[in-house]
Amino acid sequence: MGIREDQSRFKDIVKGKVKEDLRKYVSQGEMIGKREDEYVKIPLPRIDIPNFRYGPKQSGGVGQGEGQPGQDVGDPGEGGQGQAGEAPGEHMVEVELSMEELADILGEKLQLPRIEPKGHKNIDSLKTKFTGIAPVGPEGLRHFKSSYKSALKRMVGSGTYNPEEPLVLPIRRDMKYKSFKKVNQPQTQAVIIYMMDVSGSMGEEQKEIVRLESFWINTWLKKHYKGLETRFIIHDAAAKEVDEDTFYRTSESGGTLISSAYKLCQEIIQADYPTNEWNIYPFHFSDGDNWSGEDTRLCVKMLQEFFLPNCNVFGYGQVESKYGSGQFLKDLQKEFGEDERITLSQIESRDKILDSIKDFLGKGR
Amino acid sequence: MANLTPELEAERKRICQIAKDAGLDCFETVFELITYDQISQFAAYGGFPVRYPHWKFGMEYEHLSKSYEYGLSKIYEMVINTDPCYAYLMEGNAMMDQKLVMAHVYGHCDFFKNNVWFGKTNRKMMDQMANHATRIRRYMDRYGQDTVENFIDVCLSLENLIDRYSPYVEKSVVNSETPPREKNYLLKVERDYMRDYINPPSFVQEQKRKAEEDAAAQAQRFPREPEKDVLKFFIHHAPLADWQVDVLTIIRDEAYYFSPQGMTKTMNEGWASYWHSKLMTTKILNDSEIIDFADHHAGTMAMAPNGYNPYKVGIELFRDIEERWNKGQFGREFEECDDVKERKHWDKKLNLGREKIFEVRKVCNDVTFIDQFLTEDFCVRNKLFVYKFNKKTQKFEVDTSNFKAIKSQLLFHMTNFGQPIIRIEDANFENRGELLLNHLHEGIDMQPDFMSETLKNVYKLWSRPVNIATIMDETPQLFRFDGKEYTQHKLSEEGPTPNPATEESSGS
Repeated sequence: MGIREDQSRFKDIVKGKVKEDLRKYVSQGEMIGKREDEYVKIPLPRIDIPNFRYGPKQSGGVGQGEGQPGQDVGDPGEGGQGQAGEAPGEHMVEVELSMEELADILGEKLQLPRIEPKGHKNIDSLKTKFTGIAPVGPEGLRHFKSSYKSALKRMVGSGTYNPEEPLVLPIRRDMKYKSFKKVNQPQTQAVIIYMMDVSGSMGEEQKEIVRLESFWINTWLKKHYKGLETRFIIHDAAAKEVDEDTFYRTSESGGTLISSAYKLCQEIIQADYPTNEWNIYPFHFSDGDNWSGEDTRLCVKMLQEFFLPNCNVFGYGQVESKYGSGQFLKDLQKEFGEDERITLSQIESRDKILDSIKDFLGKGR
Repeated sequence: MANLTPELEAERKRICQIAKDAGLDCFETVFELITYDQISQFAAYGGFPVRYPHWKFGMEYEHLSKSYEYGLSKIYEMVINTDPCYAYLMEGNAMMDQKLVMAHVYGHCDFFKNNVWFGKTNRKMMDQMANHATRIRRYMDRYGQDTVENFIDVCLSLENLIDRYSPYVEKSVVNSETPPREKNYLLKVERDYMRDYINPPSFVQEQKRKAEEDAAAQAQRFPREPEKDVLKFFIHHAPLADWQVDVLTIIRDEAYYFSPQGMTKTMNEGWASYWHSKLMTTKILNDSEIIDFADHHAGTMAMAPNGYNPYKVGIELFRDIEERWNKGQFGREFEECDDVKERKHWDKKLNLGREKIFEVRKVCNDVTFIDQFLTEDFCVRNKLFVYKFNKKTQKFEVDTSNFKAIKSQLLFHMTNFGQPIIRIEDANFENRGELLLNHLHEGIDMQPDFMSETLKNVYKLWSRPVNIATIMDETPQLFRFDGKEYTQHKLSEEGPTPNPATEESSGS
């Protein structure tokens, strides 16, 4: 019917509007904690068709009750009863989008390429998919409703059906079975390992940026990998693995040895994620201070020898803070330049999150 | 078409007869039993089963079905003003609700048929809507869905710019052949010999010249008179392709179809509520249903301190009129009586109430309804007040319960649907083919962001720079969109012909 078309047109328009304003949604914390099967409500200011109208705050109205002058009556926009065919009120339009749709929009807006998981040829698994109804098959897959329906048809057709005594007796050729075929289901496994410098210079805002950014990276990668795992490492002068909550809450002070995190990350990968079967995405966020040039050289060595050959992409995001020197990014730039396998991104503020995500995921690896 | 269960059909027949016996005079009314999903769909389409394709219907549907899903609201009744009338009942509603809806619907149908403001309505609108849908689909096939839908967006943006009273005005036929009557611009002369003294030749010449100038100026004006039906003007004069003219015509026709419903909202709902309440409690309900009825009815009548409920004000006013005319509480003698006690017990036992409310439902619209029948007593008894937005506290607050203030607030909201009145003042503004709209400012500014967006849509139709004169922040101003830039110019109080060109760096 027409209304479904109209509804999907409306949804398309909404998606377009969300796309226009994506930066706003991406830099807001509200989405965090949503799962992929959950819907998010996105307020759209005015998808109303504009017309000449009075400003709502200027016009008053007539109400009823025991009111004394000056008494607050509440916002007339709220509540009230709807009535068929009435013009839509002056409310905000709230639309619901699934995280998956949002990820689509993100991908579309950033023109992110489809990620090509590595190794998928080797590890496809066969999956049975029921696709239709067939006249033959094992009894276990008999389709009850279709079988009786065709029996009923046959009986009505042959005049043996008696409405007074509505008894339907299927015979052999009435039987219908579910049919299936084997489809290739790519077994796409991926792990994201987030590492973050939690030394004192990483303040609340810096961590919030990491939180938002990693949320959107997760959302996008989840679209491509059925089984997506995430691990979290924090570090100052030493590194440890933590749960997600601790990851974003911990605040430490003291020195920074980035290599400690890289070492731990390497250990985790080697222990749990065979590199020929897993798509591996390590992301490291810091403000760019490292204890010493010596340690930075160690990091570079590990990147060259382990991470770059074994990971889909290695991401380094430098969150700007008042105190950080930002040296680490410069060092990596000097060392790796245009190397496809490592992505360096500078995130000055929330507004830059979107660009940074594009840096990280824009290569389709 | 009707698919009522035997039980519902029996009730329908009974209620139809009860309504008829009570004096209601309806078109044949076809009830259909449908699911809530269908109700949402039809409601999104303004009650009709088929409308032209447009996303706004999808949005409305999304809202209605979602808010039902979440238990926020539920549509109980929907009835289409056509002949026969179509009305919908929701599957699975309790019998009491179905009866209430039927009684309410018969009230609406009687109103549709008999209220004079519906007299010009196309009662075959069902076919017309389907016809519109077909035409628009055809344009979409030919010119692309996006192109046509975007154009509809533009038209809808202006759909309130019609002249709601024009269908009721008998057009005086002006024959352009007959010269306009010569104005009597000479002073009256009683005695012939005085003529040259009272009207010396030079004076006569002067008067003649002035009159001709006026006439010439009038003849050059385009449109001759300010035009309230902006859509009609565009249909005839905007540089549009044939299909665009047709789409605009469709939008205008539909706007006029829905116009009387907007003009009589309070009366229509009041009348239907009056009758469902009267018929239910006297004839239709059985004892076990009274409580549910009272509950439902109270819900419909609820009035919030910040909301005007047309059902409530409407039904109370009809009841008030009936009582006053029964007791003879009207007319000069009653008005001039200022003894509170005497007024209260005034009862001449005229029993004219029923007759009066039928007359009112025939001739009034909301404006005349409130204007003639809203009394001070009524406002006090119903505890009505005016609320206003307080800029200091940033809140809506009770302003006053002064009778005159309440009345003028209600009338303001009902005049032109509470929308600004806008006319085309000049279609050759500044002699450059620009459009000048004029907002007849009545104390309330327009919302600036909506105004600029709408003006841009006007430009899309007119294809030449467009201007609107209004008052904003207590200053007369002219807003202008030339296709690229949106600009704002102060107007001097008495200067009706502003000259934006002088304020611009370049005229191109």
